[in-house]
Amino acid sequence: MLTAAAGLGLFAVLLAVPVPLALARADWTQRAPGTAALLWQGIALAGGLSMIGALALLGLAAFGDRLPDAVTAFSRAVAEGDATVPVLPLLGLGAAVLLLAHLLLNLLLTTVVAARERARHRALVSLLSSPLPDRPGAHLIDDPAPVAYCVPGDGEVSATVVSAGLVDLLQPDELGAVIAHERAHLTQRHHLLTTAFQAWSLSLPWFPIASASRREVALLVELLADDRALRSTAPDALRRAIALVAGTASEQAATARVRIARIGAPPLPGWARGLAIAATIGILSVPAGLLLTTLA
Amino acid sequence: MATLGGLERAVMDLLWDSDGALSAYDLLERMPSDGSRQLAPTTVLTVLSRLEKKGFVARERASRPHRYTAIAPREAHVADLMHEVLDAAPDRAAVLARFLGQIPADEAEVIRRALRLDAGA
Repeated sequence: MLTAAAGLGLFAVLLAVPVPLALARADWTQRAPGTAALLWQGIALAGGLSMIGALALLGLAAFGDRLPDAVTAFSRAVAEGDATVPVLPLLGLGAAVLLLAHLLLNLLLTTVVAARERARHRALVSLLSSPLPDRPGAHLIDDPAPVAYCVPGDGEVSATVVSAGLVDLLQPDELGAVIAHERAHLTQRHHLLTTAFQAWSLSLPWFPIASASRREVALLVELLADDRALRSTAPDALRRAIALVAGTASEQAATARVRIARIGAPPLPGWARGLAIAATIGILSVPAGLLLTTLA
Repeated sequence: MATLGGLERAVMDLLWDSDGALSAYDLLERMPSDGSRQLAPTTVLTVLSRLEKKGFVARERASRPHRYTAIAPREAHVADLMHEVLDAAPDRAAVLARFLGQIPADEAEVIRRALRLDAGA
């Protein structure tokens, strides 16, 4: 069981630094944002599983060679109040449980707080906006600052909001592109992905890769919305809309350049996409496989 | 307008558009009729109470019946909403937001022209 623990630990380290760094630097992700987002999720899940598994197996290794035996022996020791249980394994198990609880609680808390914030904001939008005459479903806020955004959520909570300033600034096809982009975020429920990575980066603040992955996933989500918007918008209108909405803030402008450049660029070939999906499955099967070896 | 949210909206619109304080009965009188049903005074009072809790409405208890005013004009609330969207740290943003820099209209035209040239090239 110790070898499995070591393997999981090593894999966790790989998934914590070099693998995500390589993925963040890769260019192909822009040509297949959906597949890339899947890969990111696989890395996050497998990484978490490996970390927790490594600690848990390290702890349980003192109680037996096979996982089922070790768990039985451990439970018996706890039930009998056995004081001869060595400290180190207990620490390992405790760390595993704490880490799992920490990750799950953070996810729960982030999700609940975000949902409440959105509902509150959404109620304000209802109170302060008027419907847009030719754009059913879009809400118009009477403010000169040119702004477009969406409020994600289930059912009535979700909304697309544009300001009067934006409607004044954009031509009709550009406005249509912006609305289609925001609607794509809602239809494809991107907030589930961004909230999860937000929670993950909050849980592991000492991992620089956590915030890097959050930014990467945020960009991929924008690219996904662009791709979806292109189903109902001319590429030229979307390009202009992105350029105008990006503004002059440097980070936004850099993202805008990436988004504009890739519109019309050839997508990733099928075999490459298949390879990425296979890699995702592979990454997830490593901790699963290592854990399975402890059963025999 | 049958939903509670719709009623809140209707009441706020009336309060924002009126010059002075209004009582629940004044509001009832001025409510746009949707023809189908009569609004009960208690419903209006419930809506006013909710709006008071949300910080939109102030109640004058000195007069009988109580009269109500909007605490701040509509623009102030809209500005607060915009601040929430524009100033929230990306970590805290509850919404997926796109912002615009303050691009003057002629600069927008320059950008458009440049992009058309690129697209045509």
